[in-house]
Amino acid sequence: MIVEARSGGEVVNFEFSDDQRLLRDQVRRFLVDNGSVKAARAVLDDDGLAYDKALWRSIVELGWTGAIIPEEFGGAGMIREDLCVIAEELGRSLAPTPFASSVYLVTEALLIAGDEGYKSHYLPELASGESIGCFAMAEGIGIPTPTNVKTTFLDGKLNGVKKPVLDGDIADFAIVVARTADAGDESLSLALVDLTADGVRRDKVSTVDPTRSQAEITFDGAAAELLGGAGQGFSLMERIFDRAAVYLAFEQVGGAQAALDMAVDYSQNRFAFGRAIGSFQAIKHKLVNIYVDLELARANAYYGAWAMTNDAPDLPIAAAAARVSASEAFNHAARENIQTHGGMGFTWEFDCHLYYRRAKQLSLAIGGERRWTDRLITKLEQRNAA
Amino acid sequence: MDFDDTSEEAEFRAEAAVWLKENGVPKQSDQSMATRRGDPTVVPRAREWNAKKFEGGFAGISLPKTYGGRGGTPMQQIIFNQEESKYSVPPNIFSISHGMAVPTLLTYATEEQKQELVPATLKGDEIWCQLFSEPGAGSDLAGLRTRSERCGDDWVINGQKIWTSGAHYADRAILVTRSDPEAVKHKGLTYFFLDMKTPGIDVRPIRQVSGYSGFNEVFLTDVRIPDSQRLGDVGEGWQVAITTLMNERVVSGDKPAPNFDEIFNLAQQLDTEEGPAIEDKAVRDRLAKWYIQTRGIELIRMRSMTAMSRGERPGPENSIGKLVASFKRQDIAQFGMDLMDMGGIMQESEALPMSALFQNAYLESPGSRIAAGTDETMRNILAERVLKLPREPRADKDVPFNELKAGTVRSGD
Repeated sequence: MIVEARSGGEVVNFEFSDDQRLLRDQVRRFLVDNGSVKAARAVLDDDGLAYDKALWRSIVELGWTGAIIPEEFGGAGMIREDLCVIAEELGRSLAPTPFASSVYLVTEALLIAGDEGYKSHYLPELASGESIGCFAMAEGIGIPTPTNVKTTFLDGKLNGVKKPVLDGDIADFAIVVARTADAGDESLSLALVDLTADGVRRDKVSTVDPTRSQAEITFDGAAAELLGGAGQGFSLMERIFDRAAVYLAFEQVGGAQAALDMAVDYSQNRFAFGRAIGSFQAIKHKLVNIYVDLELARANAYYGAWAMTNDAPDLPIAAAAARVSASEAFNHAARENIQTHGGMGFTWEFDCHLYYRRAKQLSLAIGGERRWTDRLITKLEQRNAA
Repeated sequence: MDFDDTSEEAEFRAEAAVWLKENGVPKQSDQSMATRRGDPTVVPRAREWNAKKFEGGFAGISLPKTYGGRGGTPMQQIIFNQEESKYSVPPNIFSISHGMAVPTLLTYATEEQKQELVPATLKGDEIWCQLFSEPGAGSDLAGLRTRSERCGDDWVINGQKIWTSGAHYADRAILVTRSDPEAVKHKGLTYFFLDMKTPGIDVRPIRQVSGYSGFNEVFLTDVRIPDSQRLGDVGEGWQVAITTLMNERVVSGDKPAPNFDEIFNLAQQLDTEEGPAIEDKAVRDRLAKWYIQTRGIELIRMRSMTAMSRGERPGPENSIGKLVASFKRQDIAQFGMDLMDMGGIMQESEALPMSALFQNAYLESPGSRIAAGTDETMRNILAERVLKLPREPRADKDVPFNELKAGTVRSGD
């Protein structure tokens, strides 16, 4: 699916274009028709299922995996705003696929750090769905920094344990944040490793959100290749995260909207004390508080999309603001959606918990709120000092 | 999406910047509140600055040229506001005049009245106040009792209004009255405009928590208004008031300092016992929340403006800005004082950062959460108009107004 770039000469316009709205409608309809939320529940209920293969195949066929990959590498060459439109709908429908890993993280990593060789090898595979990529950063509790990463990448070999790795059990290859020097800001590098090769062991990790598969990957002398400059791993990771943060913010906005819609619908149709519970101010005000957080997040996410698409120097600030705002909105919406549903909201049968699980998964992927609030203020300090 | 100015907008921005440079005084850091509220020179200085803008073609930028506006776009108004905010200018005392009275006049007044009043209002010669709230009718505005009775070609008004901002310096007023107490609440209202020098008007300032008197009680005793000054049909005053109030919510998106920039600067300036306040993780966390709110409101306004420039009417989503900004200002004021710790209790301009900005705002900010729609009213509006949640069952539906309880009624009464 190729969406035309915006025509020139538009007035200042803080809204998606008509083409992008059309794209959104198409994506939304497809995900509803293909029962994406039901698919998430099916993955949750079946321990043997890591993702929905049929849905993933359709997504590949529609060209979404190649959305931002240039046409010369087998992609659709769309602009990043368009991918944000798709991300919002994937979040709304809880799509249980490795899209975030393969597209937001790995495709962007290759576009940012890959040379022509890497790009011409991996990007067509990612676009066609022939390969799934994942990004391996965490090593247990915490977030990787130049001081705490233990996994090493020396003499072309990876050694160490990454856990949890989103889609680590189903991916074909991984980009790994690993140590290449003892200490300092430039002690980490990115390494690309074939996950089916010798010296790689993968074990499924159970998580709060089983609709998104996670693994422990043990590297025992696995052969890998350097991606990007040696010692540039941490700064590359930050650049990759800035972009992923914007896409994930759109997933979170979509998820928050879905949770709010559920709560609104329920409170319009559930009666107590002779009236719809949505007519009580206690419920009204609760739902408005979600709505306000959501609209603030949406506004910040839109700005992030614009900053990313236009390579604006403000991207780190815009991405962090979108990330913090959207994490808060989805966590808030998912939590209070259960509360609004009362006892029914706490049952396995109702979908409320699917959003509650996903909200936490998304807000912890690529670093939690502490990391992003701190980065936001750091970047604002730097801008002020400049 | 496109956040950069188009070439036309960049041209307008440059023109505004040149004019401001020639006519304005650039803002100095730390002087954002150099003008204390209640300063008697504010009104003449504000009129003078506004008249300058009018002469320069920058008052009522998006209003038609026929009525003294610029005939520009809402985006141009925003661009001018952005540029103007870099200058030290008197407080804007024209928001009711330009943002509420003018749109209502443009919708309901006769051509002759528009010609007489709108240009003079845009210039700042006519300052308006809004005689809406009453002691017994605040959030439930339609519960108002001020009577209007037809008497020949005139109407005779009797009653009391309250919380009337600027009534002590206003030249004109917009007024909602009850013309038919036997009709149901929303049906018996009629809307007028009048000269504040009309005999029978008595304005008494109310002292606020901050010590300052920005609003008033207004007593109306046998005030005569010609029928020609009625806006909208007899009994249709509620519809006219809605027009006014929708514009109020467009107007009241931003709140005065302290905002994100001021609390960020304060955190950079102040040292705690553990080093610069800004290095404290708890402080950074709070700052991040206020940044996403401040930026979010700004961007939501831009989305509203995009809708407006496409010819759509501003919707109830504008209430978000009012709701978030009012609380945020109070929250920031409190936190700014907390950062000063024991010394934060002082309210001495000379002794404190930014001339006691945070302390002054601490005492002023509760009002923002009440004026122009309380937080609770804003949430009801958003719940009912945006989320489409059902209205509460109403005890005042289909009941003649004179049989209703309204205002403070104790069980012994």
